Amino acid sequence: MIMLSQIRAMLTALLLTVLFCNSFVHADEIMMVRAQQSFPEAMSKLQEQIKAKGYVVSRVQRVDIGLTKSGYKTDKYRVVFFGKPDEIRHLVKNYPELQAYLPLKISIFAEGSDTILVAANPHHLQKAGGKQLTRLMTRWEQDIAAIFATMREDE
Amino acid sequence: MLKRFFTCLLITSGLYLPASVYADGAGLYARHCAACHGAEGNGGVGVPLALPAFLKSVDDAFLSKSIRDGRPGRVMPAFSKLSDVEVKSLVKYIRSWSDSPAATFSTVAVHGNARHGKKLFAKFCASCHGANGEGGHGTGVTFSRPRDLPIIAPAINNAGFLTSASDQLIKRTLMQGREGTPMVSFLKQGMTEADINDVVAYVRSFEKNQSNQTQESFDKEPLTLAYESPYDMKGTIDRVKAAAKGKNFRIIREQKLENGLVKQSEENPNQVIVYFCNFQLLNQALTVDPRVGLFLPCRVTISESKGQVVIYAINPKRLSKLFNNHELNKLCDGMYETYTSILEEATL
Repeated sequence: MIMLSQIRAMLTALLLTVLFCNSFVHADEIMMVRAQQSFPEAMSKLQEQIKAKGYVVSRVQRVDIGLTKSGYKTDKYRVVFFGKPDEIRHLVKNYPELQAYLPLKISIFAEGSDTILVAANPHHLQKAGGKQLTRLMTRWEQDIAAIFATMREDE
Repeated sequence: MLKRFFTCLLITSGLYLPASVYADGAGLYARHCAACHGAEGNGGVGVPLALPAFLKSVDDAFLSKSIRDGRPGRVMPAFSKLSDVEVKSLVKYIRSWSDSPAATFSTVAVHGNARHGKKLFAKFCASCHGANGEGGHGTGVTFSRPRDLPIIAPAINNAGFLTSASDQLIKRTLMQGREGTPMVSFLKQGMTEADINDVVAYVRSFEKNQSNQTQESFDKEPLTLAYESPYDMKGTIDRVKAAAKGKNFRIIREQKLENGLVKQSEENPNQVIVYFCNFQLLNQALTVDPRVGLFLPCRVTISESKGQVVIYAINPKRLSKLFNNHELNKLCDGMYETYTSILEEATL
């Protein structure tokens, strides 16, 4: 006789399994989204979303400014750096080679009246630590995916 | 109780099957395609799919295979994990932009004289599609800079294109051209149908030379370039800056790795990033692939632990593999040499 609690546990496990599998079916190496918002709106929204996920925006690199000053024609193009201090300290201590890739970054640039956002899937960093990094990289991937989903839907 | 359990199980399975069973074309398009091809299919990094002449001249098989196989080395990734139902839904959604019915083609192969086709290709096609059918430079119609053409010439020597396009599709495109693009009707340019068959035979012959077009595995490359320095922290930072300047880079910033993440007083002084840039190179890279912000700005991290200073840099060869862009790979091979040279010089 199967107890109700056992059934609940089985269903929960099934749900989690399906959700887990579902979230990785479409894992891409480059994560990319089009926000149908002007660049300033999207830029502001992106920083809000990053903070809402518990990250600190450490800096914004204005790529377009340097290009324009050097005489090249370009639309708005920025790189947003962000991270969680504890996670970054942990990674730098245990996987020093990851320093080259930290903090995390999202490129954001204007395309006409839309804005495009691009990030590398954090799983590409997993080589530094193998399975030990899976959980963290998965959460980073999910956080970036959630941020991008909000950017896409918030039209 | 068991009956209820299995009912729940069925319902639960049903809830999560829709991704493949009730695939929503618009949703799938927004999620997977709009970033490159535009929300309304008007193009961007990717080609403008909503172009009426394009939709009228390709069949559903071309669209499906293009989604499935992508274009190796030409940015468009292979969406091999989408289900058949999802691909069909995507094709149906893309088709909704045009009133014209999808083209249909016979599966009969086109036979022609590839040798003669090669001559015609050099005369009529190579100026746009490249001497060997490698296509135009850059990505899509426009991005952060103006482009002269509404669409760049596709790489017709690409394995993804050759798998997707039937002989008859290529032939009809050559005969009728594509309105709204630089692709003209070559019948109107003086070619005969036999000439066009020869060109099709030549284009098909590109299939024999596909070995270098497979998506290379980035896992072969080390994640990071790391060099131990015989100098102290300050000495190494100075040497990195001098080496970067010597390679025509401008030093744009020096900061602690933790800068902006924690209070200034809490920043670890033993992890320092030096950012540098060559704007000409940057402009060139953005033209090749506007997504290269993921490399930007150029940087090395100088780190000291237990008295040993180490310099870390990204490995451009590895990172470039994420982009599925052969043009970018070439540029990154050059960046790899530059980074290596800066790191070697700084630690000499």
